[in-house]
Amino acid sequence: MCDTCGCNVTPGNEHLVRADGKHAKTQDGKQAITILKSLLSENDHQAAHNRHHFDQHQVLAINLMSSPGSGKTALLEATIDALQGEFKIAVIEGDLETENDAERIRAKGVTAIQIATGTACHLDAHMVHDALHHMDLAPLDIVFIENVGNLVCPASFDLGHHRNVTLLSTTEGDDKPAKYPVMFRAADIMLITKTDLLPVLEDFDPKKAEHYLRHLANDAPVLQLSAKKGLQMSNWVDWLRNEVKQQRERLVAEETARPKIQADGVKFHAANHSHSHG
Amino acid sequence: MLQQIEAVVAENDAIGVHRVLVQIGPLSGVEAELLAQAFPIAIAGSVADGAELVMETLPIRVRCQSCGAESEAGANRLICGDCGDWHTTLISGDEMLLASLELEK
Repeated sequence: MCDTCGCNVTPGNEHLVRADGKHAKTQDGKQAITILKSLLSENDHQAAHNRHHFDQHQVLAINLMSSPGSGKTALLEATIDALQGEFKIAVIEGDLETENDAERIRAKGVTAIQIATGTACHLDAHMVHDALHHMDLAPLDIVFIENVGNLVCPASFDLGHHRNVTLLSTTEGDDKPAKYPVMFRAADIMLITKTDLLPVLEDFDPKKAEHYLRHLANDAPVLQLSAKKGLQMSNWVDWLRNEVKQQRERLVAEETARPKIQADGVKFHAANHSHSHG
Repeated sequence: MLQQIEAVVAENDAIGVHRVLVQIGPLSGVEAELLAQAFPIAIAGSVADGAELVMETLPIRVRCQSCGAESEAGANRLICGDCGDWHTTLISGDEMLLASLELEK
Protein backbone atom coordinates (compact mmCIF):
# COMPACT_ATOMS: atom_id res chain seq x y z
CA MET A 1 0.00 0.00 0.00
CA CYS A 2 1.21 3.46 -0.78
CA ASP A 3 1.93 5.91 2.01
CA THR A 4 2.42 9.01 -0.02
CA CYS A 5 -0.74 9.73 -1.96
CA GLY A 6 -3.44 8.98 0.57
CA CYS A 7 -4.52 5.71 -1.03
CA ASN A 8 -4.44 4.13 2.42
CA VAL A 9 -7.79 5.77 2.99
CA THR A 10 -10.09 2.98 1.91
CA PRO A 11 -13.88 2.79 1.90
CA GLY A 12 -13.45 0.80 5.12
CA ASN A 13 -11.81 3.55 7.09
CA GLU A 14 -12.45 6.86 5.37
CA HIS A 15 -15.36 7.68 7.69
CA LEU A 16 -12.91 7.72 10.59
CA VAL A 17 -10.68 10.40 9.21
CA ARG A 18 -13.20 12.83 7.76
CA ALA A 19 -13.51 16.05 9.75
CA ASP A 20 -16.44 14.70 11.76
CA GLY A 21 -15.06 11.17 12.05
CA LYS A 22 -14.66 9.68 15.48
CA HIS A 23 -10.88 9.78 15.28
CA ALA A 24 -10.57 13.31 13.96
CA LYS A 25 -10.49 14.79 17.46
CA THR A 26 -10.76 13.53 21.00
CA GLN A 27 -13.26 14.50 23.65
CA ASP A 28 -10.75 15.57 26.25
CA GLY A 29 -8.93 17.83 23.88
CA LYS A 30 -5.79 15.74 23.44
CA GLN A 31 -4.21 16.12 20.09
CA ALA A 32 -5.09 13.33 17.70
CA ILE A 33 -2.83 12.88 14.72
CA THR A 34 -4.05 10.92 11.74
CA ILE A 35 -1.29 8.85 10.16
CA LEU A 36 -2.68 5.96 8.07
CA LYS A 37 0.74 4.51 7.35
CA SER A 38 1.25 0.89 6.65
CA LEU A 39 2.75 -0.93 9.63
CA LEU A 40 5.17 -2.38 7.11
CA SER A 41 6.28 0.96 5.68
CA GLU A 42 9.91 0.31 6.66
CA ASN A 43 9.85 -2.97 4.76
CA ASP A 44 7.99 -1.44 1.82
CA HIS A 45 10.54 1.34 1.55
CA GLN A 46 13.39 -1.19 1.42
CA ALA A 47 11.42 -3.31 -1.06
CA ALA A 48 11.06 -0.35 -3.43
CA HIS A 49 14.81 0.13 -3.18
CA ASN A 50 15.43 -3.54 -4.01
CA ARG A 51 13.06 -3.37 -6.98
CA HIS A 52 14.96 -0.36 -8.25
CA HIS A 53 18.18 -2.42 -8.06
CA PHE A 54 16.61 -5.26 -10.05
CA ASP A 55 15.17 -2.86 -12.62
CA GLN A 56 18.44 -0.99 -13.06
CA HIS A 57 20.08 -4.26 -14.07
CA GLN A 58 17.15 -5.42 -16.19
CA VAL A 59 16.56 -8.39 -13.94
CA LEU A 60 13.20 -10.08 -13.39
CA ALA A 61 12.77 -11.04 -9.71
CA ILE A 62 10.45 -13.93 -8.84
CA ASN A 63 9.37 -14.88 -5.31
CA LEU A 64 8.60 -18.58 -4.82
CA MET A 65 6.26 -19.36 -1.93
CA SER A 66 4.74 -22.61 -0.67
CA SER A 67 4.60 -25.06 2.21
CA PRO A 68 7.85 -26.78 3.16
CA GLY A 69 8.47 -29.75 0.90
CA SER A 70 6.16 -28.80 -1.96
CA GLY A 71 9.01 -28.79 -4.46
CA LYS A 72 10.36 -25.25 -4.73
CA THR A 73 13.98 -26.34 -5.02
CA ALA A 74 13.15 -29.21 -7.39
CA LEU A 75 11.23 -26.73 -9.55
CA LEU A 76 14.27 -24.44 -9.62
CA GLU A 77 16.60 -27.29 -10.57
CA ALA A 78 14.36 -28.29 -13.47
CA THR A 79 13.86 -24.66 -14.51
CA ILE A 80 17.61 -24.01 -14.56
CA ASP A 81 18.04 -27.04 -16.85
CA ALA A 82 15.20 -25.92 -19.11
CA LEU A 83 16.53 -22.38 -19.51
CA GLN A 84 20.22 -23.29 -19.82
CA GLY A 85 21.92 -21.06 -22.38
CA GLU A 86 18.80 -18.90 -22.72
CA PHE A 87 18.77 -16.87 -19.51
CA LYS A 88 21.35 -16.16 -16.81
CA ILE A 89 19.81 -17.14 -13.49
CA ALA A 90 20.73 -16.67 -9.82
CA VAL A 91 18.90 -17.80 -6.68
CA ILE A 92 18.42 -16.39 -3.19
CA GLU A 93 17.54 -19.20 -0.78
CA GLY A 94 15.66 -18.59 2.45
CA ASP A 95 15.69 -21.28 5.12
CA LEU A 96 15.79 -21.26 8.90
CA GLU A 97 18.97 -23.33 8.86
CA THR A 98 21.37 -25.19 6.52
CA GLU A 99 22.86 -24.47 3.10
CA ASN A 100 21.33 -27.63 1.64
CA ASP A 101 19.07 -25.93 -0.91
CA ALA A 102 21.77 -23.47 -1.98
CA GLU A 103 24.16 -26.40 -2.54
CA ARG A 104 21.61 -28.15 -4.77
CA ILE A 105 21.36 -24.99 -6.88
CA ARG A 106 25.16 -24.47 -6.98
CA ALA A 107 25.53 -28.06 -8.22
CA LYS A 108 23.76 -26.79 -11.36
CA GLY A 109 26.48 -24.17 -11.84
CA VAL A 110 24.21 -21.33 -10.75
CA THR A 111 25.00 -18.69 -8.11
CA ALA A 112 22.99 -19.24 -4.94
CA ILE A 113 23.06 -17.01 -1.87
CA GLN A 114 21.72 -18.67 1.26
CA ILE A 115 19.93 -16.57 3.85
CA ALA A 116 19.69 -18.44 7.16
CA THR A 117 16.77 -16.74 8.85
CA GLY A 118 17.33 -18.44 12.23
CA THR A 119 13.91 -18.35 13.85
CA ALA A 120 12.27 -16.02 11.33
CA CYS A 121 9.57 -17.76 9.34
CA HIS A 122 9.75 -15.52 6.26
CA LEU A 123 12.12 -13.35 4.25
CA ASP A 124 11.78 -9.59 4.40
CA ALA A 125 13.08 -6.84 2.15
CA HIS A 126 16.08 -6.10 4.38
CA MET A 127 17.31 -9.70 4.29
CA VAL A 128 17.01 -9.76 0.50
CA HIS A 129 18.88 -6.47 0.30
CA ASP A 130 21.74 -7.97 2.32
CA ALA A 131 21.83 -10.94 -0.04
CA LEU A 132 21.95 -8.61 -3.06
CA HIS A 133 25.22 -7.21 -1.73
CA HIS A 134 26.74 -10.64 -2.41
CA MET A 135 25.36 -10.92 -5.92
CA ASP A 136 26.43 -9.30 -9.20
CA LEU A 137 23.15 -8.47 -10.90
CA ALA A 138 24.70 -7.10 -14.08
CA PRO A 139 24.95 -10.34 -16.09
CA LEU A 140 21.63 -11.79 -14.84
CA ASP A 141 18.20 -12.10 -16.43
CA ILE A 142 16.19 -13.75 -13.63
CA VAL A 143 16.67 -13.86 -9.85
CA PHE A 144 14.54 -16.42 -8.06
CA ILE A 145 13.93 -15.81 -4.37
CA GLU A 146 12.99 -19.09 -2.72
CA ASN A 147 11.10 -17.98 0.36
CA VAL A 148 10.95 -19.90 3.62
CA GLY A 149 8.51 -22.81 3.32
CA ASN A 150 5.42 -21.37 5.00
CA LEU A 151 1.92 -20.60 3.73
CA VAL A 152 1.32 -17.75 6.18
CA CYS A 153 3.88 -15.02 6.83
CA PRO A 154 5.79 -14.72 3.52
CA ALA A 155 2.63 -13.45 1.82
CA SER A 156 2.68 -10.19 3.78
CA PHE A 157 6.19 -9.03 2.89
CA ASP A 158 7.10 -7.26 -0.31
CA LEU A 159 10.72 -8.18 -1.09
CA GLY A 160 11.12 -5.86 -4.06
CA HIS A 161 10.37 -8.64 -6.52
CA HIS A 162 8.04 -8.45 -9.52
CA ARG A 163 5.98 -11.64 -9.38
CA ASN A 164 4.74 -14.14 -6.78
CA VAL A 165 4.73 -17.80 -7.74
CA THR A 166 2.79 -19.98 -5.30
CA LEU A 167 3.23 -23.75 -5.38
CA LEU A 168 0.62 -26.22 -4.21
CA SER A 169 1.76 -29.83 -4.29
CA THR A 170 -0.64 -32.68 -4.84
CA THR A 171 0.43 -34.22 -1.53
CA GLU A 172 -1.22 -31.29 0.25
CA GLY A 173 -4.97 -30.73 0.28
CA ASP A 174 -6.71 -29.15 -2.71
CA ASP A 175 -8.46 -26.78 -0.26
CA LYS A 176 -5.21 -25.00 0.73
CA PRO A 177 -6.26 -21.79 -1.10
CA ALA A 178 -9.40 -21.64 1.08
CA LYS A 179 -7.39 -22.30 4.25
CA TYR A 180 -4.63 -19.79 3.49
CA PRO A 181 -6.42 -16.98 1.66
CA VAL A 182 -3.78 -14.30 2.35
CA MET A 183 -1.11 -16.43 0.66
CA PHE A 184 -3.10 -17.58 -2.35
CA ARG A 185 -4.64 -14.16 -2.94
CA ALA A 186 -1.06 -12.95 -3.47
CA ALA A 187 -0.30 -15.49 -6.21
CA ASP A 188 0.48 -14.14 -9.68
CA ILE A 189 0.54 -17.76 -10.84
CA MET A 190 -0.31 -20.97 -9.00
CA LEU A 191 1.63 -24.12 -9.83
CA ILE A 192 0.16 -27.47 -8.91
CA THR A 193 3.31 -29.55 -8.44
CA LYS A 194 4.08 -33.29 -8.20
CA THR A 195 1.29 -34.12 -10.64
CA ASP A 196 3.02 -37.43 -11.38
CA LEU A 197 1.50 -38.55 -8.06
CA LEU A 198 -2.08 -37.63 -9.02
CA PRO A 199 -3.03 -41.20 -10.04
CA VAL A 200 -2.39 -42.42 -6.49
CA LEU A 201 -3.72 -39.34 -4.67
CA GLU A 202 -7.44 -39.70 -5.21
CA ASP A 203 -8.35 -36.91 -2.81
CA PHE A 204 -6.55 -34.15 -4.68
CA ASP A 205 -8.64 -32.57 -7.44
CA PRO A 206 -6.79 -29.84 -9.40
CA LYS A 207 -10.15 -28.41 -10.50
CA LYS A 208 -11.17 -27.93 -6.88
CA ALA A 209 -7.87 -26.21 -6.09
CA GLU A 210 -8.52 -23.78 -8.95
CA HIS A 211 -12.12 -23.30 -7.79
CA TYR A 212 -10.92 -22.25 -4.32
CA LEU A 213 -8.36 -19.90 -5.87
CA ARG A 214 -11.08 -18.21 -7.97
CA HIS A 215 -13.14 -17.71 -4.83
CA LEU A 216 -10.33 -15.44 -3.63
CA ALA A 217 -11.11 -13.26 -6.67
CA ASN A 218 -7.75 -14.30 -8.10
CA ASP A 219 -7.61 -14.71 -11.88
CA ALA A 220 -3.99 -15.97 -11.84
CA PRO A 221 -3.12 -18.76 -14.27
CA VAL A 222 -3.03 -22.27 -12.80
CA LEU A 223 -0.51 -24.72 -14.24
CA GLN A 224 0.07 -28.37 -13.45
CA LEU A 225 3.54 -29.88 -13.64
CA SER A 226 5.98 -32.40 -12.25
CA ALA A 227 9.49 -31.01 -11.98
CA LYS A 228 10.95 -34.34 -10.92
CA LYS A 229 9.53 -36.26 -13.87
CA GLY A 230 9.82 -33.32 -16.25
CA LEU A 231 6.10 -33.37 -17.03
CA GLN A 232 4.32 -30.32 -18.49
CA MET A 233 7.22 -27.98 -17.74
CA SER A 234 6.78 -26.11 -21.02
CA ASN A 235 3.82 -23.92 -19.97
CA TRP A 236 5.76 -22.78 -16.89
CA VAL A 237 8.89 -22.07 -18.89
CA ASP A 238 6.84 -20.17 -21.47
CA TRP A 239 5.25 -18.13 -18.67
CA LEU A 240 8.76 -17.22 -17.47
CA ARG A 241 9.89 -16.29 -20.99
CA ASN A 242 6.88 -14.03 -21.33
CA GLU A 243 7.55 -12.42 -17.95
CA VAL A 244 11.17 -11.68 -18.91
CA LYS A 245 9.91 -10.14 -22.16
CA GLN A 246 7.34 -8.05 -20.30
CA GLN A 247 9.93 -6.92 -17.76
CA ARG A 248 12.17 -5.69 -20.60
CA GLU A 249 9.26 -3.90 -22.25
CA ARG A 250 8.33 -2.26 -18.95
CA LEU A 251 11.88 -1.00 -18.46
CA VAL A 252 11.87 0.57 -21.93
CA ALA A 253 8.63 2.33 -20.93
CA GLU A 254 10.26 3.29 -17.58
CA GLU A 255 7.72 1.29 -15.60
CA THR A 256 8.00 -1.44 -13.03
CA ALA A 257 5.71 -4.16 -11.73
CA ARG A 258 4.71 -5.06 -8.22
CA PRO A 259 3.64 -8.51 -7.13
CA LYS A 260 0.04 -9.17 -6.28
CA ILE A 261 0.51 -8.67 -2.53
CA GLN A 262 -0.90 -5.18 -2.48
CA ALA A 263 -2.34 -5.21 -5.96
CA ASP A 264 -5.99 -4.75 -5.12
CA GLY A 265 -5.53 -1.65 -3.02
CA VAL A 266 -3.25 -0.11 -5.59
CA LYS A 267 -5.52 -1.08 -8.51
CA PHE A 268 -8.55 0.30 -6.76
CA HIS A 269 -6.96 3.66 -6.12
CA ALA A 270 -5.13 3.89 -9.41
CA ALA A 271 -8.16 5.55 -10.98
CA ASN A 272 -8.02 8.39 -8.46
CA HIS A 273 -4.30 8.94 -8.14
CA SER A 274 -1.84 8.69 -10.93
CA HIS A 275 1.43 7.75 -9.34
CA SER A 276 4.13 5.25 -9.96
CA HIS A 277 5.73 3.08 -7.38
CA GLY A 278 9.50 2.94 -7.72
CA MET B 1 5.51 0.83 14.06
CA LEU B 2 7.48 2.15 17.03
CA GLN B 3 9.79 4.09 14.70
CA GLN B 4 6.77 5.68 13.04
CA ILE B 5 5.31 6.60 16.43
CA GLU B 6 8.62 8.11 17.59
CA ALA B 7 8.83 10.17 14.41
CA VAL B 8 5.31 11.57 14.85
CA VAL B 9 5.98 12.39 18.51
CA ALA B 10 9.14 14.28 17.56
CA GLU B 11 7.45 16.14 14.69
CA ASN B 12 4.70 17.35 16.99
CA ASP B 13 6.86 18.20 19.99
CA ALA B 14 4.82 15.84 22.16
CA ILE B 15 6.03 14.33 25.43
CA GLY B 16 4.10 11.09 25.30
CA VAL B 17 1.46 8.98 23.63
CA HIS B 18 -1.97 8.27 25.10
CA ARG B 19 -3.50 6.08 22.51
CA VAL B 20 -2.44 4.26 19.36
CA LEU B 21 -5.12 3.35 16.86
CA VAL B 22 -4.28 0.53 14.50
CA GLN B 23 -6.55 -0.74 11.74
CA ILE B 24 -6.30 -4.34 10.71
CA GLY B 25 -8.09 -6.11 7.90
CA PRO B 26 -8.56 -9.88 8.16
CA LEU B 27 -6.67 -10.31 4.87
CA SER B 28 -3.60 -8.34 6.01
CA GLY B 29 -1.96 -11.35 7.64
CA VAL B 30 -1.66 -9.52 10.97
CA GLU B 31 -3.02 -11.42 13.96
CA ALA B 32 -4.65 -8.87 16.26
CA GLU B 33 -4.23 -10.89 19.45
CA LEU B 34 -0.50 -11.39 18.86
CA LEU B 35 -0.06 -7.69 18.15
CA ALA B 36 -1.89 -6.88 21.38
CA GLN B 37 0.48 -9.14 23.33
CA ALA B 38 3.61 -7.77 21.69
CA PHE B 39 2.64 -4.11 21.97
CA PRO B 40 3.34 -3.45 25.69
CA ILE B 41 6.71 -5.20 25.36
CA ALA B 42 7.64 -3.24 22.25
CA ILE B 43 6.81 0.17 23.72
CA ALA B 44 8.36 -0.41 27.16
CA GLY B 45 10.95 2.26 27.78
CA SER B 46 10.06 4.15 24.60
CA VAL B 47 8.34 7.49 24.23
CA ALA B 48 5.07 5.55 23.82
CA ASP B 49 5.47 3.68 27.12
CA GLY B 50 2.07 3.20 28.75
CA ALA B 51 0.07 4.00 25.63
CA GLU B 52 -3.20 2.22 25.05
CA LEU B 53 -3.45 0.15 21.88
CA VAL B 54 -6.83 0.29 20.17
CA MET B 55 -7.33 -2.10 17.30
CA GLU B 56 -10.08 -1.84 14.79
CA THR B 57 -10.90 -4.72 12.54
CA LEU B 58 -12.12 -3.47 9.22
CA PRO B 59 -14.71 -5.39 7.24
CA ILE B 60 -13.89 -7.35 4.10
CA ARG B 61 -15.74 -5.66 1.27
CA VAL B 62 -15.61 -6.32 -2.45
CA ARG B 63 -16.85 -4.49 -5.52
CA CYS B 64 -18.13 -6.68 -8.32
CA GLN B 65 -16.53 -6.08 -11.72
CA SER B 66 -19.57 -7.58 -13.44
CA CYS B 67 -22.58 -5.99 -11.74
CA GLY B 68 -20.90 -3.17 -9.80
CA ALA B 69 -22.46 -4.10 -6.47
CA GLU B 70 -20.51 -3.64 -3.24
CA SER B 71 -20.93 -6.31 -0.61
CA GLU B 72 -19.34 -7.86 2.46
CA ALA B 73 -17.42 -11.07 1.86
CA GLY B 74 -15.68 -13.84 3.76
CA ALA B 75 -11.89 -14.12 3.86
CA ASN B 76 -11.86 -17.14 1.55
CA ARG B 77 -15.02 -16.29 -0.40
CA LEU B 78 -14.37 -12.96 -2.07
CA ILE B 79 -17.32 -13.33 -4.37
CA CYS B 80 -20.06 -10.81 -5.13
CA GLY B 81 -22.89 -10.96 -2.58
CA ASP B 82 -25.34 -9.88 -5.26
CA CYS B 83 -24.61 -11.93 -8.36
CA GLY B 84 -22.07 -14.48 -7.07
CA ASP B 85 -19.36 -13.64 -9.62
CA TRP B 86 -15.74 -14.06 -8.42
CA HIS B 87 -14.45 -11.22 -10.61
CA THR B 88 -14.36 -8.77 -7.75
CA THR B 89 -12.01 -6.12 -6.43
CA LEU B 90 -11.21 -5.94 -2.75
CA ILE B 91 -12.03 -2.44 -1.52
CA SER B 92 -11.46 -3.03 2.19
CA GLY B 93 -10.10 -5.78 4.40
CA ASP B 94 -6.34 -5.99 3.71
CA GLU B 95 -5.33 -2.93 5.73
CA MET B 96 -2.57 -2.93 8.33
CA LEU B 97 -2.32 0.68 9.23
CA LEU B 98 -1.08 2.87 12.01
CA ALA B 99 -4.24 4.98 11.77
CA SER B 100 -3.82 7.69 14.38
CA LEU B 101 -2.05 8.69 17.57
CA GLU B 102 -3.36 10.63 20.52
CA LEU B 103 -0.43 12.65 21.80
CA GLU B 104 0.35 14.16 25.15
CA LYS B 105 1.76 17.64 24.81
